Amino acid sequence: MTDEARSLTSSSRSSETAGDTRGWEAVIGLEIHIQLSTRTKMFCGCQVTFGEPPNTHVCPVCLGHPGVLPVINEKAVEYATRIALALGCRISERTVFHRKNYFYPDLPKAYQISQYDLPLGVGGRLEVELEDGTVLPVGITRVHMEEDAGKLIHAGGATGRIDGADYSLVDFNRGGTPLVEIVTEPDMSTPEQARAFLMQLRSLVQQLGVSDVNMEEGSLRCDANVSVRRPGEPFGTKTELKNMNSFRFLYRGLEAEIERQIALLEAGERVVQETVHFDPAAGRVSTLRSKEEAHDYRYFPEPDLPPIELDEGYVERVRVSLPELPAARRERLKQQYGLTPKEAAILADNRPLSDYFEAVAKATGDARLSANWVLGDLSAYLNASGVEVDACPVTAAALAELLGLVLEGTLSGKMAKEVFEAMTESGRCAKDIVAEKGLGQISDAAELEAIVVRIVEANPGPAEEYRQGRDRVLAFFVGQVMKETRGQANPQLVNELLRKHLTGPAKP
Amino acid sequence: MGLDVTGLTGWRCRELLTAGEVSATELVQAYLERISVVDARVQAYLLVDEEGALAAAAAVDAKPRDARGPWEGVPIALKDILCTKGLETTCASRILKGYIPPYDATVIAKLRRAGLIFLGKLNMDEFAMGSSTENSAFQTTRNPWDLERVPGGSSGGSAACVAASEAPWALGTDTGGSIRQPASLCGVVGLKPTYGAVSRYGLVAFASSLDQVGPLTRDVRDAAVLLDLIAGRDPRDSTSVGLPEPVGLPERSALEGVRFGVIKEFIGETCEAGVRDVFASAVDAIGSLGGVCEEVSLPSVERGVAAYYLIAPSEASSNLARFDGVRYGHRTSQAADLYEMYVRTRSEGFGPEVKRRIMIGTYALSAGYYDAYYAQAQRTRTLIIRDFSQAFERFDFLISPTSPTVAFRLGERTADPLAMYLSDLCTIPVNLAGLPAISIPAGFSAGLPVGLQLVGPHFSEKELLGAAHALEQRLAVETVPPLTVPPLTVPPLSEV
Repeated sequence: MTDEARSLTSSSRSSETAGDTRGWEAVIGLEIHIQLSTRTKMFCGCQVTFGEPPNTHVCPVCLGHPGVLPVINEKAVEYATRIALALGCRISERTVFHRKNYFYPDLPKAYQISQYDLPLGVGGRLEVELEDGTVLPVGITRVHMEEDAGKLIHAGGATGRIDGADYSLVDFNRGGTPLVEIVTEPDMSTPEQARAFLMQLRSLVQQLGVSDVNMEEGSLRCDANVSVRRPGEPFGTKTELKNMNSFRFLYRGLEAEIERQIALLEAGERVVQETVHFDPAAGRVSTLRSKEEAHDYRYFPEPDLPPIELDEGYVERVRVSLPELPAARRERLKQQYGLTPKEAAILADNRPLSDYFEAVAKATGDARLSANWVLGDLSAYLNASGVEVDACPVTAAALAELLGLVLEGTLSGKMAKEVFEAMTESGRCAKDIVAEKGLGQISDAAELEAIVVRIVEANPGPAEEYRQGRDRVLAFFVGQVMKETRGQANPQLVNELLRKHLTGPAKP
Repeated sequence: MGLDVTGLTGWRCRELLTAGEVSATELVQAYLERISVVDARVQAYLLVDEEGALAAAAAVDAKPRDARGPWEGVPIALKDILCTKGLETTCASRILKGYIPPYDATVIAKLRRAGLIFLGKLNMDEFAMGSSTENSAFQTTRNPWDLERVPGGSSGGSAACVAASEAPWALGTDTGGSIRQPASLCGVVGLKPTYGAVSRYGLVAFASSLDQVGPLTRDVRDAAVLLDLIAGRDPRDSTSVGLPEPVGLPERSALEGVRFGVIKEFIGETCEAGVRDVFASAVDAIGSLGGVCEEVSLPSVERGVAAYYLIAPSEASSNLARFDGVRYGHRTSQAADLYEMYVRTRSEGFGPEVKRRIMIGTYALSAGYYDAYYAQAQRTRTLIIRDFSQAFERFDFLISPTSPTVAFRLGERTADPLAMYLSDLCTIPVNLAGLPAISIPAGFSAGLPVGLQLVGPHFSEKELLGAAHALEQRLAVETVPPLTVPPLTVPPLSEV
């Protein structure tokens, strides 16, 4: 099962709502970091990897040795431009890298090459489809490029966390990985909305083919700026909520922080502007006051990199290379196949599943039946087995063949489910399974008629009773035909044929 | 040991090797010998790579002569700010003591491929911050013309080394005058190329938007040759573009109709009389070659030093932040936590001038001050660029003294940073504008060398070197200091 489908199922199952907000309204903006799946790092030729032995993909440049210089990864710029365009951003003709200066052991140069007042893209929007089918437009303030830091491993302590650790090790494999940072407007007001936004952003980026967007592996990371207020009042003091590495933790973290802020305000206290961390184990947020709090990053233009000038031609070429985006696909699925908004949303956010559906619908010519199967039995199977749709043993063509048997009346719906199960187990095609198990309905009128005639002739007594008006006797004959055909006779046809032969002239 | 290397140029070394008059090993040995005799007093070298140089020389000698490149076997010495793979590179700072780069700077790789032999690494002001080489954490280099005086800086080791014939030529770097000013004070030629002509990859960054690598040589022809060896666009340096064409050998002997603008702001009161006199005779020499000199005012250059001392420290504060004790170089032996490790490592590792500039730069980039300082300095820089380009509409070259004074006494300016900063009055605006400039020996004042600075438009190195060559021939200045062998006793080093 794909992650999107899993997430969607879990959200619809739990249908959580944030706790009682007692007339308070939350204001939420998100900052999302996405690792780009380029072959090499943002500013050097080292391979981008995950899970390799520490410090095996490093060089003087990404280790910040004296004298080294960065060189911009062209592919990363293209990927970032894809994201910015897909979010409807305006691409700056001239975009500039800045240095963000701060000391930390995972940051080898003691500055991060990032962007500041001239980011790659500004002023975009993502239309987020909510559970109830309404659409929430979320403004995208900016999309910019930067490099990732290395990874600290805190050793010797019991918790693996920085406090209590005996020492820390640094793994620079991740250092210099290309990142795109997306900053939203504070357009969300509930944890549900934030989660829906992030899920839909995730599937959008995934469909662009520029990132793995895997929250567990850290290729998709999300921080939130949160404040609460009485509706209509000015914004309250915000906090920055960090460390939410799953959709569930984003939801729970926001819920906990909103609750904390409301409780503070109701107790007559103030919300302090600070960074708070969500602790999933405790289900609580904790504040981490440290001397690193008051950062002045001393941004200034990176003198080692000339500004990037992206001309209209370049931007246009990237724009036309974009695949159909989820919002457009959602609309098209509704129009073209008559799907419900919910069905369209599930499919549009899952490109492989949606491609699968369209292939089945086209092959069978019956969109409704195809949608029922793809979102029903197929999705249930994928969910239960954890198999990705692309790797599903039942291909779209195979499912279409099965549905074809249903549509032509060879299989009943119930039998088709049985065959489908066998297909998932064996990977064989529907026709083979039907033939082997002798499952096909007998719909051949001539074949059935011969059987019906034989049975009517063999039971003159009940036949006579029927002719005299005892309709109940028909059931006896149906049972006999079914027995003879081992249940494979098309029931409708059997009924028709029996009536014909029972009411016909008695044998001379 | 028969070979006397005194006064040898890179070109002459090439001739001797090509003609088979000397082997690479003999040549290297002769220089090592010279270093062992002279450097105890001049103290130009931080590191002499005797073993590496002799091995490289033996490898050259093992090749048949007709299979060698033209420059194979010619020795050179390097400012210790250029990364040399496997050879300690310190920037004359305690914080990099023991640091052995895992890679070669692009200019080093180019010279290595061309077969030049590295004699060693040369002293400098720590991280190139200074104008006298007195800011070295390790030793004080002396001016070969007067051992009581500074060689200038920050490439003081390079200039002194070439002047004292401890190498035929050397590489230096120039951020605000760090090649030209010591060249002037030591009576050698120093060229700062156009920003972008030479790769900065592997040059330990001081101020990224100003730094350039360049040659310090005994004559203009050597400067041209060495420039061609190191110039070129480098895919590892996005700010590099190379030169439009190789400069080739400068051959110009007349300056008929060439227009020289004398920068009015640099020949006034701040310039000492002896320097003004030499400069005046250089102007006469230009006239005698058919050139035309005329005064020109570039009003904004007077704010060059002020703008420079915001821009350069700002960039430096960021560039030097990586020396944090985490991955290489010095790390304090006593620290209870990360924060203390940072503070102690950097407090112990950096000298006072470096600390001063890091603090100035950190301040200038801080929120609330950025617009008043860094941004304002950048606007001034724009004005300086404009003034120069307007001047180049009327003149082929601009000229001035390279330094307002001759070499000053050791310790004379160490207590007064502002006086020290003013040593680079005439050279700093050129870096801010990214222009190429050369300093050539123009004569002497009270027995000490005086340099003439010629500035050209962007990427005009070929023409600039041609004009400098013509003038050099006419001026015919002596470039071998009467460095007396033994007697001089070395005075105790003044502690900074």
